[in-house]
Amino acid sequence: MNLHEYQGKELLKKFGVAIQEGILATNVEEAEEAYKTLTGGAGGNVVVKAQIHAGGRGKGGGIKLSKSLEEASENASAILGMMLKTPQTPGGMEGPGKLVRKVLIAQDSYVPTFESCKEYYISILTDRESKRNVIIYSTEGGMNIEEVAEKTPHLVQKEFIDPTLGLQAFQLRKIAFNLNLTGDAFKGMTRFLFSLYTAFVKSDASLFEINPCLKTGDNRILAVDCKVTIDDNSLFRQKEIEAWRDLDEEDPIEVEAKNFGLNFVNLDGNVGCMVNGAGLAMATMDIIKLSGGEPANFLDVGGTADAERVEKAFRIILKDPKVKAILINIFGGIVRCDRVANGIVQAYQNIGDIEIPIIVRLQGTNAELAKEIIDKSGLEVQSAILLKEAAELVQKAIIV
Amino acid sequence: MSVLVSKDSRIIVQGITGKEGSFHTEQMIEYGTPVVGGVTPKKGGQKHLDRPVFNTVANAVEQAGADTSVIFVPPPFAADAIMEAADAGIKVIVCITEGIPVQDMVKVYAYLQDRDCRLVGPNCPGVITPGEAKVGIMPGFIHNPGSIGIVSRSGTLTYEAVDQVTKAGLGQSTCIGIGGDPIVGTSTKEAVELLMNDPLTTGIVMIGEIGGGMEAEAANWIKAYGTKPVVGFIAGQTAPKGRKMGHAGAIIGGKDDTAAAKMKIMEACGIHVVKSPADIGQTMKLVLN
Repeated sequence: MNLHEYQGKELLKKFGVAIQEGILATNVEEAEEAYKTLTGGAGGNVVVKAQIHAGGRGKGGGIKLSKSLEEASENASAILGMMLKTPQTPGGMEGPGKLVRKVLIAQDSYVPTFESCKEYYISILTDRESKRNVIIYSTEGGMNIEEVAEKTPHLVQKEFIDPTLGLQAFQLRKIAFNLNLTGDAFKGMTRFLFSLYTAFVKSDASLFEINPCLKTGDNRILAVDCKVTIDDNSLFRQKEIEAWRDLDEEDPIEVEAKNFGLNFVNLDGNVGCMVNGAGLAMATMDIIKLSGGEPANFLDVGGTADAERVEKAFRIILKDPKVKAILINIFGGIVRCDRVANGIVQAYQNIGDIEIPIIVRLQGTNAELAKEIIDKSGLEVQSAILLKEAAELVQKAIIV
Repeated sequence: MSVLVSKDSRIIVQGITGKEGSFHTEQMIEYGTPVVGGVTPKKGGQKHLDRPVFNTVANAVEQAGADTSVIFVPPPFAADAIMEAADAGIKVIVCITEGIPVQDMVKVYAYLQDRDCRLVGPNCPGVITPGEAKVGIMPGFIHNPGSIGIVSRSGTLTYEAVDQVTKAGLGQSTCIGIGGDPIVGTSTKEAVELLMNDPLTTGIVMIGEIGGGMEAEAANWIKAYGTKPVVGFIAGQTAPKGRKMGHAGAIIGGKDDTAAAKMKIMEACGIHVVKSPADIGQTMKLVLN
């Protein structure tokens, strides 16, 4: 689960991590109020930052330095309601962009002058190879870290954390030294990292990315931006964070599927699929591609592919007008194929006319019986038992 | 011969009285699996499915001689259950549970390092040695005793591979579902190594998916030490970057963990990589001839 920048900062602040302060606004009046509160009526700079789940917001005009109340008001007005395109929104800079519903009015942290400040990169994640949490850091802040790692790998360093002992003082010092910090900034960085790591573990995060992490001209260390991802598996014990879920940021069809207990990812192709099991679902998408089609979705109906779930899955796939055929691929193990077949027939009848070809491949327990049920149903459904046969049927369906 | 589980295993089920645990224990017993008991805290002394229930894994080890455990405990308590099994001296721990928090698994993995046991999973279908022991949730009847070892991160996709191997006239020595989470107890390489060292296994099917570097690690090991033919498949050739495809671990992070990148390195290491999952069984048969 991804958090907005403003939510991520609220979380960090709770654990004592210094952040660029800000106030959330959903309309221009709130933005103006926020400006006044942040500047204490004395005037000065703020930054208006679009709150959407995508990086690269500055590139699309979603982050604007504002030097007066008027400018802040104008920028908030322009950003709120805009369709913000960034390299990370669907379709990238060529895509439709994402609607901005909220802006964060943030302090200008680059004080006393922009030139006196220095940006760093800090992230924490769980490294799959070592099975440990790792702090990744670099003196090259504010840049795309993947590019930095590619061009200048020696400038990206890693510090692995012992799972039983946690982050040690020498590690904090090592990172601060490697970032060439001294004096108050050195101390500030060790405190910053300690709080940040505590926040990471206690909130069951899978990613913290602080880019940039700023050293101000007066030697304070703070998070100017943050990308926070929380481990979905942990939400049962992270109720406060779970309540922050912003459904506006998610694909409405995926949200609907989730409510039905279906694991669904919307894609751009022309062949829908319904499969039990994530690995087989991915493999089925691959089959569709090899047969000349493009998968329109990933859909795992899970272990109980009963009539109700099959019908819901059908309805979700059929919402996509690009879908020209549907491949259902169920490997019946504990769940019997004949039951799934009956479910498919029932779901089909409930929905009524489905105008696109449906190919059903049922394999496993009672597969032959299931094929008979499908073939005798009188419905416009083509059945197969072997994966190869199903692939051939998909190929034919797309050509027609 | 086989690896990890056999007719001589002494298997207990952690969470035996729960809905899932009960259902699958019954299936395992029906298959002929040597299930010697189960563990549910505070239900010790009862009988369930005609097997003794213990309060702790330690009791099950002392009183029933358990050496293998299969875990059906819900996610909030599963990490604890794994550590309890390890502490009690269980040698093979198979964790079926899906949805364990990653930070819990970081701790569990560290906890297991200096203990003499092997964890398979979590979020896996389990391990089966056909005709001897079914330790997990896979459908028993598709398997056939034989000489092909199967390693996979997936559930139903493993069944698909098993079924194809069986239909190609071959059978399986042991099938190991290592699990779909980002942190699993047994890596692809470790599972392949077990099968490579098993005298009965003559060929290996290795099924991976997008995300992580386990397949590349296994491929490099196979290139250096492999003595038997390996057929490989990577699911998720059409998966988009940055989206989680069902399994918590199935997410493309960078350019090295795409299906294409993994297939390339596997081919370079001498693995017979199939593009279509429909070709796994036939390719194994061809390679063996």
